[in-house]
Amino acid sequence: ERGHGPYQPHEPGYGLYQPGYSPYDDQIPDPQSRTLAIQNAKAYLLKSSTTSGLNLYAHLANMLTKILDEQPTNAVDIIENISKDVKWAQFQKKMDTLRDEYEILPTYEAAEKRKALFLKANGGDEELEEEIGETPLPNVMETAFYFEQAGIGLSKDEYYHIFLALKKLVTVQPIQTCRFWGKILGLEMNYIIAEVQYHEGEEEEETEEEEVTEEGRKGVGEVEDEEEEKEKEDEPPKSIYKPPPVIPKEENGTGVNKYVYFVCNEPGKPWVKLPPVTPAQIVCARKIKKFFTGRLDAPVVSFPPFPGNEANYLRAQIARISAGTQVSPIGFYQFAEEEGDEEEEVEGGRDTYEENPDFQPLSVAEMVDSLSTWVHHVQSILKQGRCVWLNPFQKSEEEEENEEEEKAEEPDELQQELQQEIGPPLLTPLSEDEGIQNIPAWTAQPSTNLIPQYAVAILQSNRWPGAYAFASGKKFGNIYFGWGHKYSPENHAPALPPPAQAEYPSGPETTETGDPTLEEELAFKAAREEALAAAEEEEEEDEEGAEDEEEEDD
Amino acid sequence: MEASSLLAALELAVGGGAGLSPEKRAALGSSLLLLQRDYRFERVWFWGCIQGVRGAYYIAEGLGPDRAAPRSRLYSLNCMEWSLLPPATEEMVRQAEQLKGRFQGDPSFEYEYAEINAEDAERLFEDGKEPVIKEEARLVATIEQIDRAVGIIPRGAFVKTPLGSVHENRNFEGLSLTEAKKLSSYFHFTEPVNLKNKTLLEKADLDPSTDFLDSLEHDIPQGSWTVQLEKGGTVVVLRSLLWLGLMFYHVPMTKQYGYVYFGTGEKNLDLPFML
Repeated sequence: ERGHGPYQPHEPGYGLYQPGYSPYDDQIPDPQSRTLAIQNAKAYLLKSSTTSGLNLYAHLANMLTKILDEQPTNAVDIIENISKDVKWAQFQKKMDTLRDEYEILPTYEAAEKRKALFLKANGGDEELEEEIGETPLPNVMETAFYFEQAGIGLSKDEYYHIFLALKKLVTVQPIQTCRFWGKILGLEMNYIIAEVQYHEGEEEEETEEEEVTEEGRKGVGEVEDEEEEKEKEDEPPKSIYKPPPVIPKEENGTGVNKYVYFVCNEPGKPWVKLPPVTPAQIVCARKIKKFFTGRLDAPVVSFPPFPGNEANYLRAQIARISAGTQVSPIGFYQFAEEEGDEEEEVEGGRDTYEENPDFQPLSVAEMVDSLSTWVHHVQSILKQGRCVWLNPFQKSEEEEENEEEEKAEEPDELQQELQQEIGPPLLTPLSEDEGIQNIPAWTAQPSTNLIPQYAVAILQSNRWPGAYAFASGKKFGNIYFGWGHKYSPENHAPALPPPAQAEYPSGPETTETGDPTLEEELAFKAAREEALAAAEEEEEEDEEGAEDEEEEDD
Repeated sequence: MEASSLLAALELAVGGGAGLSPEKRAALGSSLLLLQRDYRFERVWFWGCIQGVRGAYYIAEGLGPDRAAPRSRLYSLNCMEWSLLPPATEEMVRQAEQLKGRFQGDPSFEYEYAEINAEDAERLFEDGKEPVIKEEARLVATIEQIDRAVGIIPRGAFVKTPLGSVHENRNFEGLSLTEAKKLSSYFHFTEPVNLKNKTLLEKADLDPSTDFLDSLEHDIPQGSWTVQLEKGGTVVVLRSLLWLGLMFYHVPMTKQYGYVYFGTGEKNLDLPFML
């Protein structure tokens, strides 16, 4: 019915005929056909898709609405993404029948914990007076400011959280001095470390646990002895290996264990006290290099096997870092004057110091120029693992008397005299520190070259990368941010296992000799017969001699 | 990290204790802008700081219209005056790999090369050159190594156009928290090495516009990246254990991300013993 008419531009066939030569040129294009074409096009656009149920018309309308609403720049470049987003948004609405389950993110729990830091403890106004007085809480924000001048440190809000966490620690534990020691990074979590000294006499005694275990062991030992007596005949040979004597750890409050350390993974989490460190742990920690995982009870798998878990390894590294890098300007600390000092030989050097009330600070330029203006104020650790050398073979007089009898049995190896180890005395200047190869042990810089009047002197350790110290006027501070390892230009070479022990001493009895040859056997036989003959002659002579004597007696 | 968001980014990136002093931050704010003007970079990234024994190098990178093209690198000793570094060559990287020890802090310092490799030294003698390596060359090689080994971006942050050039993805809204904790959501921003070794099945799932780089999942040794949530879980921080000091931060569900290096510029070859 409807004439096909001249082809419209959208129909196939358009343009096939040159104007003036088309068979329909004499006909006028039907104005209705244009609207018809439009209707056809719209009907096509409104057709719903068989797979998704959408139709192109609505989709294009949504897209254009979105573009006109948001007006992105260069919309034509991202048109495909916009189309994808519109389609995606379509599907979201259809899930209205399901209730929204709000995801409880772990971030909310962490925020709760940190909010708890900000709440004031119950007590009200009475406590305000106490707090304003002398408090062991250090001014963390002040040290943060000085270190920030050198570009070292955490962000301000993290510092503030640490500040509040330290405040909580100080109120809970009976603490005399407290300091923010630093942050050690780990694989899963990090450690924030506080260095603390208890009031005298307030420290909890942990020896109870050790006594209990010793008693238990004694009981077991008695039972074992009884069993052994029964089986004496069938005993396998006992090993004569005597392990080297265990060097006892230093008392709490002296030497390596002078300070007590508390750690937490994040401010807001409870503080955990680290156990005191033993010399064996320090000696082993010097030989291994392991990352911290962030969990204090994680085992430390290494060779030589570390005697303890991650808490002990962390404590050992903290002890080594403190001994190597805690420094102060010269003159800040001085030795306390003691009477009769010159006569007594103080073993191991002095280990106490006090603040010098007459301290005159040096200028920043002087502090930076020479390293002799800084001194260590923590005792260095000897090879033995202690700060004060202890001879493990020294026995009391009673024991010596008992052991005089047994001395002969002890093999000679154990009785080698150990050389007394002497470390550098306390308050030695840093210029005495050895460098590594051709790098000095410390790098000193002022915090700024542009404004020298207000610069701060900054020290960076090259032996323990991450240890920093600052000094400005009468104030100074130390801090550590790092992974907790010493710097070594050489690659870490783990200790080799010890050589296999000899099973038995080799001597002529146990060495295999060749079988004697025929000539040797014959010669041996001949020699034996001669010896027999000679012995018989001697016997006869003896008998004659004896008979003579008997005859004489009678 | 982007120079334009330097201040905010530094707040997020200082979890490891190393950062910039207020003086340096202020200096960088203006000097990086001037760099962009002088060299006509489209983007300027503050790459980080390498600590030498006597001084520190501050490094910036400039990017052109194709973000994956080789970047221009500049260094400065005081964050104000910048010098362009020569592009890194394979030979430079090879020579610098043999050097050990800290950087000295002086760009004209020369390392004695004769001790290290006798054969190469002999070859150089024949050429008539001295067997030394300048610290500048070592610096270039180290930056190139670090970028190649541990320079990372989140998945979807960059798109590859059909013509081959790489742009930022304007539709990138950030990774979600669960995605951000997985190593497979991060890519090395360098020429991919492992991509063609994937099986056909894996390749079928890849989207060629966003998945055109290697992900971190198959890095050797396994465990050479630590993923942590800092600041109460609001920032995801990745730290490399192979190059200690490289850290990457990202705030989930936002467009903030970047990586920066604060360290001594030495590779951690003890990594297998330490894990």
